[in-house]
Amino acid sequence: MISRKASLLLIAPALALMAALFLYPLGFSLVSAFRQEDGGGWGAGNFLRAWQFYSADIVFSLVIVGLSTLLVAFLAAAIAGYLTLGENRWCLAVLRWLYRWPLFIPFVVAAQLMRTFLAKNGMMNNALVELGLLTPFTTHSYLDWRGIVITFVWKQTPFVALLLAGAMAALDRSTIEAARNLGASRLRLLWDVVLPQVRPSFGTGLILSFVTMMSVLSVPMMINAQTPTLLTVDMAWRINAYGDYGLANALGLIAYAMTGLVAWFYLRQGLKENR
Amino acid sequence: MLRTVLTATALAALALAIFGPITNLLLWAFTETWYFPAKLPQSYGFSFWERVFRPQGNAMASLWNSLLIAALTVLVSLAVAVPAGLALGRGRLPWRMAFLFLFLLPQAFPSISVHMNIARIFYGLGLNGTFAGVVLVHAMQGMVFSVWIASAAFAAVDPALEEAAANLGARRWTVFRTVSLPLALPGLIASAIFVFLSSLDEFTGTFFVGVPDITTLPLLMYNAAMEGNYQIASITALILLVPSIAFMLVIERFLKADVLARIG
Repeated sequence: MISRKASLLLIAPALALMAALFLYPLGFSLVSAFRQEDGGGWGAGNFLRAWQFYSADIVFSLVIVGLSTLLVAFLAAAIAGYLTLGENRWCLAVLRWLYRWPLFIPFVVAAQLMRTFLAKNGMMNNALVELGLLTPFTTHSYLDWRGIVITFVWKQTPFVALLLAGAMAALDRSTIEAARNLGASRLRLLWDVVLPQVRPSFGTGLILSFVTMMSVLSVPMMINAQTPTLLTVDMAWRINAYGDYGLANALGLIAYAMTGLVAWFYLRQGLKENR
Repeated sequence: MLRTVLTATALAALALAIFGPITNLLLWAFTETWYFPAKLPQSYGFSFWERVFRPQGNAMASLWNSLLIAALTVLVSLAVAVPAGLALGRGRLPWRMAFLFLFLLPQAFPSISVHMNIARIFYGLGLNGTFAGVVLVHAMQGMVFSVWIASAAFAAVDPALEEAAANLGARRWTVFRTVSLPLALPGLIASAIFVFLSSLDEFTGTFFVGVPDITTLPLLMYNAAMEGNYQIASITALILLVPSIAFMLVIERFLKADVLARIG
């Protein structure tokens, strides 16, 4: 065991780095968001302007990221559920090998993949035309809000599925076997027996995904630059075009508030059930 | 039987969804000409590869920038995370949970807002557009991986082994160097790989802090894509894909279950 004093000394450099590069800028963003633009004191002016200019984008961000999180939840539960309850050994091996591919692919690269794949004359439309499902004149580009959702889901599902499959693997199999012996179908097993037991991991994975998607700049910039777009693009634009830190930080704070709200709902739900 | 067919169909759909975009990228990386309405490239070749790998070209400079920044980020992260992990995993540390929580925060908040304010602070310090500035931003972003995994790795070392060495008369530094460090090494390597990859792939922080002088591979790829140069963008994306996929395939070898179970 290392003594108390030595431990504090050992952790000091890491704490200093965090204080200088995270807590200080975070404080900076809070102060700047409430600072009035025309030199005069404190106030909510930046937030009023943010709502005036970007209310559509605020709603858009919440809807897009929320929808992506829901789809990720559904797909990750299906993948992890099959990995836990599936019986066909061949299918299990294929799925285990398959689902993790996008796990560490960076968002910029994922965005570039989708820019080529989902474009009007991209591979997806070409394949659909070849199959006779579309004609070259009825193809659409998916590089709008759908492109953002598809990219987010493609990239984030493996992460949540990996966490979820790990949590499910650690479960006590006896509850599953008991329910199975009572004749429960696999869908019921997943919904009523397995998922309730891995709620903490599931919730954590989804919240981390939500936060990640709220802070990605490259995907909305590369896939959907027209309005409405995600808040991250607005923040970057506000800074690079106008040097308007007040409004950008107000938008940042709104993004914090959204993630905070989601985390709060999740925690409150958890507390209710533990009561 | 019907169930097997359905499962196989679902698997095939998943495979198409995952590999379709990757295949499209591979095609673009080796395309010479590809005009609408052709379904496949009209001619293939390596002339864009030559342009990317030309020694004095932008791409090689960005590649070296990326590798140098990632290597320095790993050094900085390990230099602060190994002592911190030792204290968190082994020490009599007060407020342990609070500290662990603090290192999680950069991942729990949308990072873009922190990045743009770091850029503003760095501007005053003359750190914008320098290697040091970019490395510091990447190191901060990687803290949660490096510190959490390092503390889990040290916590997983059996204290009896350290006591045995100490009882045999080894000094504290010798115990650390010959017992604790080697046993924690797989976890530390895993955290180093995590930090290296996250630095290699980092976009937002470099976008704000690196301008105008530091171009890394992700930024080069972004610029090429926005200029509509699909070949250059796809080749750069391919260079970034290789380490990501390699790591995905070997991750379980480094992150053993006993370390994962002790995270947090």
